Amino acid sequence: MRVDVEGVTVELAGARIVEDIALRADSGQVVGVVGPNGSGKSTLLRCTYRALRPAAGTVRLDGDDLHAMDARAGARRLAALPQESAAEFDFTAAEVVAMGRLPHQRGGTLLTGRASAADAALCAEALDRVGAAHLAGRGFRSLSGGEKQRVLIARALAQQPRVLVLDEPTNHLDIAHQLEVLSLVRRSGLTVLAALHDLNLAASHCDLLYVLDGGRVVASGPPRDVLRPRLLAEVFGVRAHRVTHPVTGAVQLLFDRIDQE
Amino acid sequence: MSAITTAAAGPPALRRLPVPASAAVLVLFLLVSLVCGVGLGASGVTWGETLHFLGAGLTGGTIRGDEAGAYAIVWEIRLPRAVLAAVVGAGLASVGVAVQAMVRNALADPFVLGVSSGAAVGANAVLLLGAFAALGVWALSVSAFVSALAAMVLVYLAARTAYGLTPLRLVLAGTALSYGFSALTTLMVFRAERGEAARAAMMWLLGSLGGATWGSVPLAAVTVLAGILYLGARAGRLNALAMGDETAAALGVRPGRLRTELFVVTAAVTAAVVAVSGAIGFVGLMVPHVVRMLVGADHRRVLVLAPLAGAVLLVWADIVSRLLLAPAEIPVGVVTAVLGVPCFLLLMRRGGYAFGGGR
Repeated sequence: MRVDVEGVTVELAGARIVEDIALRADSGQVVGVVGPNGSGKSTLLRCTYRALRPAAGTVRLDGDDLHAMDARAGARRLAALPQESAAEFDFTAAEVVAMGRLPHQRGGTLLTGRASAADAALCAEALDRVGAAHLAGRGFRSLSGGEKQRVLIARALAQQPRVLVLDEPTNHLDIAHQLEVLSLVRRSGLTVLAALHDLNLAASHCDLLYVLDGGRVVASGPPRDVLRPRLLAEVFGVRAHRVTHPVTGAVQLLFDRIDQE
Repeated sequence: MSAITTAAAGPPALRRLPVPASAAVLVLFLLVSLVCGVGLGASGVTWGETLHFLGAGLTGGTIRGDEAGAYAIVWEIRLPRAVLAAVVGAGLASVGVAVQAMVRNALADPFVLGVSSGAAVGANAVLLLGAFAALGVWALSVSAFVSALAAMVLVYLAARTAYGLTPLRLVLAGTALSYGFSALTTLMVFRAERGEAARAAMMWLLGSLGGATWGSVPLAAVTVLAGILYLGARAGRLNALAMGDETAAALGVRPGRLRTELFVVTAAVTAAVVAVSGAIGFVGLMVPHVVRMLVGADHRRVLVLAPLAGAVLLVWADIVSRLLLAPAEIPVGVVTAVLGVPCFLLLMRRGGYAFGGGR
């Protein structure tokens, strides 16, 4: 499913957080959104999963205006992993994954607390796909960061969406779990829109990158074209050297120490 | 999965009681409790008579003329009181569940929204100042209900933002306005000239089912039942809301709108319940946690069992409040606290449940 962000502007408390953003993710593409802290990455993504309504512009899924469609219909096409993961209550991992079926259910699956057999099978399969079947009965709060992220990806998969939006999915994870999360996401086959902090992970896992600075898109394209030392100096204020990954061939960056300048 | 597997040495899977069986047991227990609520009392009506009168009342059977006095005690005084206790307990427990999810705070209870302290202002205006005397026996309930709804509107206006109601603002606005309402109530109690009226005011503030008649049951019962059905139909969405507003939005729930709906429903149920029983504490805080300890946090399970558990608890609390110092009554709110606190601490210390906070 194709995602088109067209002229999206968001104002919060009178301040423009992002302005006139245009972005396109073709079906099955993995698109990264990078930029310094406060550049508007999260705000842009929040518009795509309806946590925010843009002041101007539209988000289209295969041409249909996301904010004009019913909230549940939108959630059947697009799933998201927001940054918050603070569950206040002791849900099990299986219960968290089952929430992914919510946009597909009419009413409240009254009273038995048992999802339909089909829903239960979908949730079990989703947990299995992320290698977390053994976590099903565990309390979500007791899981490690990497386990939590896998369970949340399973919830998104159980939602059976066509588009997956991730807001810094590798935060607070060790390198192995960072690679694992991004590989799960790539293998999902969904159209993916992800805000990422680590430019090397973005370069190695994304088909396209959009660079945000001060709420605007300042560059976009394949990682090899976008991640140039001059742009990185302007946007991030760092001095970078490009190298090619000896195995994958992806462009990677090496950064100078600031006290060496 | 790949080579990266986390050591599975964490805590074991959480235990869950099966819901349908637990619900069946609770329904049975509730029926038994109701019969006990009718059969136990200060004036000696035997169990045989109790069952005989209940059967006669339910099936339209006949009683002898000399039984009329005992029949009236069973049918006109004790039964409505036991039924009202069940209704109030069910209402407080389900509202407690919903409010805790709505403000995403495990310490919240039905009274955190300021509705009950608002009701207290109206109730005490009747008890202490003789307001709404024209309404006769209905003055207390009507005045409490109306002032509860007024409090609800005030809290809503104080808490709302351009993005809808947010958890923190709801709690802050409710708490702040509660203090204001309590000050008004205290002032009225303080200025009261008759000691007996101040006692009645205190009884109301701590909660009592002493005023129960068949007349006070229908409105409370209909409101509580409607509230439970509404919440039950939104159990899945409550789960999403409990995970956070962003997650809820991503799952196709509109958190702002849902929270506004929940606020109105929980405030209306609280108002209807408080109007007939006063502010009975602890049921709405404790029952949700006890039920979560037994069946987990999933609202599709909790909202089935919490009303039943709340009903059973309050029927027994009311029995104790009538019998402990018979023929005098103590406020049922005192009993819920005395019964509830140790039981709660015991369950808490048993572990395995995090109360929505760190372990």
